[in-house]
Amino acid sequence: MTDVPAIQAEGLHKSFGKVHAVRGLDLTVQQGEVVAFLGPNGAGKTTTIDMILGLSAPDTGSVSVFGRTPRAAIARGQVAAVMQTGGLLRDISVRETVQLTAAMFDSSRPVDEVLTRAGILDIADRKVEKCSGGQQQRLRFAMALVSDPGLLILDEPTTGMDVAGRRDFWSAIRADASRGRTVIFATHYLEEADAYADRIVLVRHGTIVADGTAAQVKNLASGRTVRATLPPGDRELLAGLPPAAAVDYDAGRVTVRTADSDSVVRYLLNNTGAHDLEVVANNLEEAFVALTADEPGTDTQPAFEGDRA
Amino acid sequence: MSQTTAIQDRKPSAGGINSTFLWIEIKRMLRNRRTIIFTVLMPAIFFFIFGLSNKDQLLPNGHSYGQYILISLTVYAAMTAATGAGSQVAVERAQGWSRQLRLTPLLPGAYIAVKAAAALTLSLVAVIAQFIIGALAGVTMDPQIWLTAGLVAWLGSLVFAALGLFVGYLMPSQNVMQILGPALAILAMLGGLFMPIEIMGDTFGEIARFTPAYGIGQLARSPITGEFDAVWIVNVLVWLAIFVGGAAMAFRRDTKRV
Repeated sequence: MTDVPAIQAEGLHKSFGKVHAVRGLDLTVQQGEVVAFLGPNGAGKTTTIDMILGLSAPDTGSVSVFGRTPRAAIARGQVAAVMQTGGLLRDISVRETVQLTAAMFDSSRPVDEVLTRAGILDIADRKVEKCSGGQQQRLRFAMALVSDPGLLILDEPTTGMDVAGRRDFWSAIRADASRGRTVIFATHYLEEADAYADRIVLVRHGTIVADGTAAQVKNLASGRTVRATLPPGDRELLAGLPPAAAVDYDAGRVTVRTADSDSVVRYLLNNTGAHDLEVVANNLEEAFVALTADEPGTDTQPAFEGDRA
Repeated sequence: MSQTTAIQDRKPSAGGINSTFLWIEIKRMLRNRRTIIFTVLMPAIFFFIFGLSNKDQLLPNGHSYGQYILISLTVYAAMTAATGAGSQVAVERAQGWSRQLRLTPLLPGAYIAVKAAAALTLSLVAVIAQFIIGALAGVTMDPQIWLTAGLVAWLGSLVFAALGLFVGYLMPSQNVMQILGPALAILAMLGGLFMPIEIMGDTFGEIARFTPAYGIGQLARSPITGEFDAVWIVNVLVWLAIFVGGAAMAFRRDTKRV
């Protein structure tokens, strides 16, 4: 296997009328990575995925999948997707659906093998319309496995599933990813990204606001946030802060996200005119909200950009 | 078990027509109760209403009215079958199936070709069913008349497969046949499939000549009426061009907007 990236997206922009859904998104995914595309609803996740799959064309920018255009990659069965809803014919059986999908490819995995791996061999003769949401989702997964793609893209795959269905679905995906398949999944469930991805890409307003390993994101989250009122004249002194994940200054208040709050507090009190200090512990949920929430006026810095490029 | 290797070495799939796809499409169509009602049951009922009571009346050329109405209703059955089959793309678009197919190598042209082939299969079933009902009801014709009339009704239904595709790509509705069903009945009436054009009066008789069911009906009945007019073929070709052109346009619009 050569080292061509599974996905290489550069400078993607996409607008729908007045809505600028994706704004200059760059993303490189290497072969074998399991990447969570994490962000709130409306962050541009699905729009980006559609462009990676060639379902829509970017206004500007380029996408390649294994070094080819999306359409060429699809024609070779190198990329497959599990969409959130739809994409199934209700009036045929589970097995017929997979047979039909397999028939579109010149070579494909055996139908029963794919059904087994998706965990739906026992309901192979059931009509699609009689399947539960979770079963339908595993059927979409089976269809995606048919061409044995090197890259599997899942768009919010567990929306509307119950807890058990969600767990079963992810254990099937996880077993599959352990075989070396590149997986990228969009989700707005933080726990899913944390539990199943080894790299998390946070998106907000159509751009990437953080990109790092799950461990790095956890680190970011497990630290503390220090806030203090700082005289504007002392702003340049912030350059002397101990290493911190993110520093923001807004309306006279400085906000520092750090794994070492003691050093930050010591520095602020000893070397600057900071006062009204508060120190709070982060959790993963907070980190997610902080990074993806709408905060007019502040400019969130990419958190780990340097680690990944 | 599989392993995901040799990713770079793969050849692109052709994405053409394949027999599994065609076979599943045909099975789906024959399993659909509503299609069977529209294509077999309704024309049969019409035959018993319009045809049976005066099937032994004679037309001026010596052929029976029963023959005339049986062939006309066979054309109606075939056109309903083909339109219904073509319009299923509306349901498939609504269910996101068309979008799913875009994640496979299947070429759009192959999809359309399979839909047209499936439509022709269903209209063949409609033609045969209608002829069996007619024969059982006592209509007799020379073998070559059965054959010619049947072939014209069957192949002519391609015009309406294109109409079905056109409307199917135009409308997002799940119930596209509920709109097309009555529309087809009106077209059939105007085209002289429910009653002879001669008894429709001058105005409607003149309008009839420009409607899409007219040409096929006249051509299918030609073996028993003994008449022929090249205008009928023009009628068929013009409507075929209009519906195919419309379908192609609607299809292009549909795949662009995602």
